Amino acid sequence: MTLFTSINSVGKKLLPAIGLLACLASGGCSSMEIKPWVSPFERNNLADPIMSFSRDPVAAAYLHHVYQAREGARGAEGGSGGGCGCN
Amino acid sequence: MNISQPSAFRLLLQTLFGVILLTAFSGVSVAAVLPEDRSDIMYHGYEGGGLQVDGPSVLVRKGYKDKVSVWANYYVDMITSASIDVVSTASEYTEERKEKSLGLDYLHGKTFMGLSYTNSEESDYSAHSWRFGISQDFFGDLTTLGVSYARGADTVRRNGDLNFEEETDRQTYRVDLTQVITKNMLVSMNYEGVTDEGFLNNPYRQVRYLDPNEARGYGYELEVYPRTRTSSAQAIRAMYFLPYRAALKFEFRNYSDTWGIDAYNVELGYVHPIERYGLTLELKYRHYEQTAADFYSDLFPRSNAQNFMARDKELAAFQTQTIGGGITYEFNADWLPGFKRGSVNLFMDYIDFQYDDFRDVTRTGLAPGAEPLYGFDSVVTRFFVSFYY
Repeated sequence: MTLFTSINSVGKKLLPAIGLLACLASGGCSSMEIKPWVSPFERNNLADPIMSFSRDPVAAAYLHHVYQAREGARGAEGGSGGGCGCN
Repeated sequence: MNISQPSAFRLLLQTLFGVILLTAFSGVSVAAVLPEDRSDIMYHGYEGGGLQVDGPSVLVRKGYKDKVSVWANYYVDMITSASIDVVSTASEYTEERKEKSLGLDYLHGKTFMGLSYTNSEESDYSAHSWRFGISQDFFGDLTTLGVSYARGADTVRRNGDLNFEEETDRQTYRVDLTQVITKNMLVSMNYEGVTDEGFLNNPYRQVRYLDPNEARGYGYELEVYPRTRTSSAQAIRAMYFLPYRAALKFEFRNYSDTWGIDAYNVELGYVHPIERYGLTLELKYRHYEQTAADFYSDLFPRSNAQNFMARDKELAAFQTQTIGGGITYEFNADWLPGFKRGSVNLFMDYIDFQYDDFRDVTRTGLAPGAEPLYGFDSVVTRFFVSFYY
């Protein structure tokens, strides 16, 4: 498989999500008004630091690096994916 | 790449550019927040299977006017390797890898953008990578959708061989969706596609093949990998706040690639603060399992048996079990000018690796292919101090 066809294949999978993001960001989907079912004053528990998917970026990035070095799988690790940028 | 042909890659970049323009002028106003200003100084260690890697990592993040946050990370791996791959064909070696990263995050209303650059250098490997990501909150901030793109360019060298130099190109596409389900539950779904092109194997590693001319019954020759690889990984994660102040974590990730590796992992975690003592305890269990690459074999039937050949144990079929624990102690740090609070953290993981088709060739006196299957344990340590300001 060439790089072009690889990118094409992966890129095509992402386009619907990106299109949705663009649509929502521009307000083009404003007719899709959805009332939040969890009000801001009900989000105390969600805002608690213990509910963070990745509390400590420096430690999480290191563990991802360990997994990537020892395992065949890669990608879709926890945290933002931006992290420290290490691979 | 034929530049006259509209590719998904170009469409992706055009769409990302469109998103930036649209969000920049969309006038959304409710504030999301940038990551908290903090500095972390960490000692990291990995020990197991004859391999020891440790060193420091320092991460500093500082924001300006709730709009921009910059961060920098300096990371060092000091490696001493006498792993089974090394001792079976060479002798122990030491190596050092230094990694430097810089990043800039920008917040505009509910839109978050991040740009980062990383450089990694060791005696026989140089890597440069760039990442751009954008995310947006929707539906009363119950939903966050993000996309990111990263590109990496690596140079592979071989110590002792000045004529050897190869290149690798890497591109990564990622989509993240985080959703508030109830006032006690968050779910995150992630997709990441990666494409590689170039020299993808380790230039030192060798494959084993049956050779009746050798006294031990087998010989070694350099491995040969395909020059392209495309992978996709999907994950779902959930956090649940229990009726008392503690949280449960769940993760399932599925993976497949064009080399024939299929993998998954499941992780369960529990976070429990003890407020009276300023402590937070964390426990986790993780199971990981993968199939072998199509061109992997522990013992090839003859020299040059096929066009692609690998005996890297990372490409073998295996499973791991991980048990991990951590403790965090938080303290008030306002006695330090400019600081709010700090924490001391220790996290340790114990990982057991068991291979299904990678044999322990250090066990001599056995017929080729009759050696016992290999397995080892490792301990992963993160000890760090964090300051928030």
